[in-house]
Amino acid sequence: MINKDLVLSIKELRAGFGNAEIVKGVSMDIHRKDLVALIGPSGCGKSTFLRCLNRLHEETEGAWVKGKAELFQQDLYERGTDPVEIRAKIGMVFQKPNPFPSMSIFDNVAAGLTIRGIKKRSYVADVVEYCLKQAALWEEVKDKLKAPGTSLSGGQQQRLCIARTLAISPPVILMDEPTSALDPISTAKIEELIMELRKQVTIIIVTHNMQQAARISDKTAFFLLGELIEFGATAEVFTKPQEKKTESYITGRFG
Amino acid sequence: MKPRHSYLMLELSTERKIRNWAALIIISVMAISAIVPLFFVFVHVIKSGLPALNWAFFTSLPTPVGQPGGGMANSLWGSLILVTLGSIIGIPIGVFGGVFLSEYGKGKIAFIMRFVVDLLTSVPSIVVGLYIYSVVVVPTKTFSAYAGGLALSILMFPFVVKTTEEVLRLIPQHIREAGLALGIPRWRVILSIVLKGALPSVTTGIMLGIARIAGETAPLLFTAFGNRFWPHGLGEPMPSLPVQIYSYAISPFDEWHNQAWAGAFLLMTMVFCFNLVARLLIFRDKPSQTL
Repeated sequence: MINKDLVLSIKELRAGFGNAEIVKGVSMDIHRKDLVALIGPSGCGKSTFLRCLNRLHEETEGAWVKGKAELFQQDLYERGTDPVEIRAKIGMVFQKPNPFPSMSIFDNVAAGLTIRGIKKRSYVADVVEYCLKQAALWEEVKDKLKAPGTSLSGGQQQRLCIARTLAISPPVILMDEPTSALDPISTAKIEELIMELRKQVTIIIVTHNMQQAARISDKTAFFLLGELIEFGATAEVFTKPQEKKTESYITGRFG
Repeated sequence: MKPRHSYLMLELSTERKIRNWAALIIISVMAISAIVPLFFVFVHVIKSGLPALNWAFFTSLPTPVGQPGGGMANSLWGSLILVTLGSIIGIPIGVFGGVFLSEYGKGKIAFIMRFVVDLLTSVPSIVVGLYIYSVVVVPTKTFSAYAGGLALSILMFPFVVKTTEEVLRLIPQHIREAGLALGIPRWRVILSIVLKGALPSVTTGIMLGIARIAGETAPLLFTAFGNRFWPHGLGEPMPSLPVQIYSYAISPFDEWHNQAWAGAFLLMTMVFCFNLVARLLIFRDKPSQTL
């Protein structure tokens, strides 16, 4: 039977570079409209794990992946699966805001559509407006859509990148520490935006900020040295962790 | 060991101040002596070339010895054709070679290619001319614009490969990943995001490449060869400004010497303008990229 609510099903996923194993057999089920926070100390494999989910990990030299990861029952790593197709279904927001250089604000948001062949102007313009509104950036940029994307402030750039991802309307969005390069006010705006987006999209967010995880997520996964130590409802993980290691990390004993 | 001096001793040392001044003076002298020769060349060429420059220089053919007047219109036109030919061949090879090295540049092929390109940039231009002479001019039994353009393109493309590779590498990896993450195929990411993002800098590289070949004489001597008439066709000898300057300069006639100076002035001005435009492109582009 097909479980429509099961978005991502990951079984014994292992990944690394060359001889180094960075993700050591992680299994995890992620359901529709979940907002999952991945926490853990630096180098614990949470970013690598995230990058396996849209097959971006393999873009780095020497990278390898083993195990199984399914998106809507489709194996991401099956032979013949086109990574381009996978990435169109799983959006990603990066740590550093990275608008495309020499492209206007409008072109940045439209890039995912226009470069992939959807050229109908009126449609693209509608999508751009809709996504900028969704990313809570429309009011700030509607009069200067032709200005370069890089002319915006860091926080605005990050919201632009979120709008760019929304434009391809992926059912899942991965966020790799999306606020770690931003000031507190921009961070608050992005968090607000994430809370709004979660009504429609499944979001997996890597964060170093435990308050952030506690504030916005409804499920939290704690990674340590490449292993998934604990995965459960955020309230549970933060108040009554099942594992000793989780408790030590959350109370600040290491990491 | 615990420091025995106080910060005041360091701050007030006059010796330190003197050394600072001395360093500044040495650097300034060196900088000025780098600029001065250029300045003298400019002044000399302008002084000798400008008076000989007139409207006829741009519009008429060279006249026979002893007959006053005449110009280098055919050479100007020929140079334009040769540089265009060289660019048509050299720019695509250069840009896509650079794209290859920057985006797919791993492994043996890239290593060899990078090495070859490095070697090519330092091959003397006369050698390139000789090479084209033996593989194009000798078999076809004629000097031709094709041969000249080919020689120029060989001088141009290694330079464009290098600059393109360098400026594409300045586009951070995470920009490429952002493109890939949108489900855009790799080749489109490279073309529509990476190359497009670096286009102003790539253009600058191309313009510097053009400026470089516009003044080349040696590779044209036995490829395009030159003549004293209007260019007929690409399969025939083609006059060019640098070669014309060369042949006038080594002639024994004062009238021709003056014309050579005028040509030199014109050539210098054109190359200078090309460089200037290229630099302006860099400056215009910098602010938006660093913000």
